[in-house]
Amino acid sequence: MRQQSKLNRVMPWLKVGVFLLALLPFIKLILGFYQDDLGANPIEKITHTTGFWTLSFLLITLTATPLRLITHWSWPIRLRRMLGLFAFFYACLHFLTYLILDQFFDAAAIIEDISKRPYITLGFTAFVLLTPLAISSNDTITRKIGSKNWRRLHSLIYPIAIVGVIHFAWLVKKDLSTPLMFAGLLSTLLLIRLFYRR
Amino acid sequence: EKLTASASSAYGLTDELTPLKDITRYNNFYEFGTDKESPAKRASSLITRPWTISVEGEVEKPQTFDIDQLLKLAPIEERIYRLRCVEAWSMVVPWLGYPLAELIKRVQPTSAAHYVEFISLHDPEQMPGQRSPVLQWPYKEGLRIDEAMHPLTLLTFGLYGELLPKQNGAPVRMVIPWKYGFKSAKSIVKIRFVEQQPVSSWMQAGPNEYGFYANVNPAVDHPRWSQAKERRIGDFLKRPTLPFNGYADQVASLYNGMDLTKDF
Repeated sequence: MRQQSKLNRVMPWLKVGVFLLALLPFIKLILGFYQDDLGANPIEKITHTTGFWTLSFLLITLTATPLRLITHWSWPIRLRRMLGLFAFFYACLHFLTYLILDQFFDAAAIIEDISKRPYITLGFTAFVLLTPLAISSNDTITRKIGSKNWRRLHSLIYPIAIVGVIHFAWLVKKDLSTPLMFAGLLSTLLLIRLFYRR
Repeated sequence: EKLTASASSAYGLTDELTPLKDITRYNNFYEFGTDKESPAKRASSLITRPWTISVEGEVEKPQTFDIDQLLKLAPIEERIYRLRCVEAWSMVVPWLGYPLAELIKRVQPTSAAHYVEFISLHDPEQMPGQRSPVLQWPYKEGLRIDEAMHPLTLLTFGLYGELLPKQNGAPVRMVIPWKYGFKSAKSIVKIRFVEQQPVSSWMQAGPNEYGFYANVNPAVDHPRWSQAKERRIGDFLKRPTLPFNGYADQVASLYNGMDLTKDF
C-alpha cells in the first residue's frame, strides 16, 4: 500500500520525464533542419529517422506487459498509453514526410506506390490500422466501447508491429541488420507473452 | 592534392554542379559501411599510395601500371557528368580522368575479349566494411567491350580539381554516366578482359533486382521502387529521370535490338 502511494506521487514526474525523452528525436530533427545538419539528403534522413522511431516506440509500448509479467511492476503499464501515442506521432510524421516532402502530393505516384510496391502497401496499411488505436486511447472512448472491445481493438498492435518490421526489411537495399534487430526484439517480446500465458 | 585538366572536353553540361561537400559526405561505398555517412568517416584507413593496377586476361600486352604512371598515360580532362544512383537520387559531378579506351588501346585486347571486369581492392584492414558479408568481396563490376571502349566511359582519378577523395573511390575508379552508380567500380586494383559475361557483386546479391547492364531507365522500375523520377541532391522536388541518364544520343545505339526490360 505504501509502495502504491509512493508510485502515485512519482508517476506524474515520470510521465513528464518520459514525455520529454520521447520528444527528443523530434527535437533533434527540427534542430538538424535549422542547422543544416541532416546531411546531403535531408528528406531521406527525416523519412528514415521518423520510421525508425515509429518502430522503436511500437516495440517500447509492447515491452510494458512483458516487463510486468517478469517483474510485477505496474508503472510500465501506466506509461503505455503515452508511449503508444508517441508511436502514432512518429508514424504521422513518417507518413506526412512521404506525402509532402518525398512525393509532394503527387497523387499518381502515390497511388502507384501504394498499389504496386509491397513495402509501401504494408507501411500504409500499418499506419491506417494504427489510427483507430490512437483515437480510442482517450478515456471517454475507452469507456464508451467497453474494456473488452477496447482490448480486442488494441490487440491490433501485434499485426501492426509485425507489418511495420516487414515494411522496413522490404525496403532496405541490402543491409538487413537493423530490420533483423527489430524482428528479433519483437519476437522476443511476443514469445515472453506466450510463455506467461501458458 | 591538386589535379588539373590538361585537355578540354567535349562533354560539358549546363546542370548546376552538386556542392563538393555533398559529393564527399553522401556516398555508397559498402567497403566502408552501408550507410551514406560511413565512407566519409571511415575511408581514411585506405592507403592509396603506392597503388598498382594489373591489366590482364585476353590482351596481347598484359601489364601492371603504377598509379603515377597511369595518371600520365593520357591527357586528363574535366568531365561534368550526371550521376544517377539506383536508389533514385542524383548528383552532378566534375570528374577528372580520361577515356578508359586510352588504356584499352595500349594493352591490345584479343578477339576473345568480349567483356571487361573491374575488381576493387579487397583488404578488410583498410576497408572495414568488408568484415561484413553484405556483398561478396572483392567488389566486382563489368562492361561489354563496346561499352568499355565508349568515349563517355571514364577512367577517373579526381573531382573538383583534386585527386579523388578516399570516400569517392580513390585512387582510381570508373565512371559510366549512363548507368546506375553501382556500375562504376571504385578503388580498382585489377582490370580483366574476358570472354564470358562476368557476374558482378550486385548481380550476386540480387539477380532479379540488379542486372548486368543497369542502364538508367525510367521505364523499367526496380522491383521494389519506381525509377521514373529522381531527387537531385539539393533539390526539394523530384525531377523526371531521363533514358540513359540523358546520354541516349550517345549510347542508345549500343543496345539496338535488345529488350531492355529483360537486359536491365
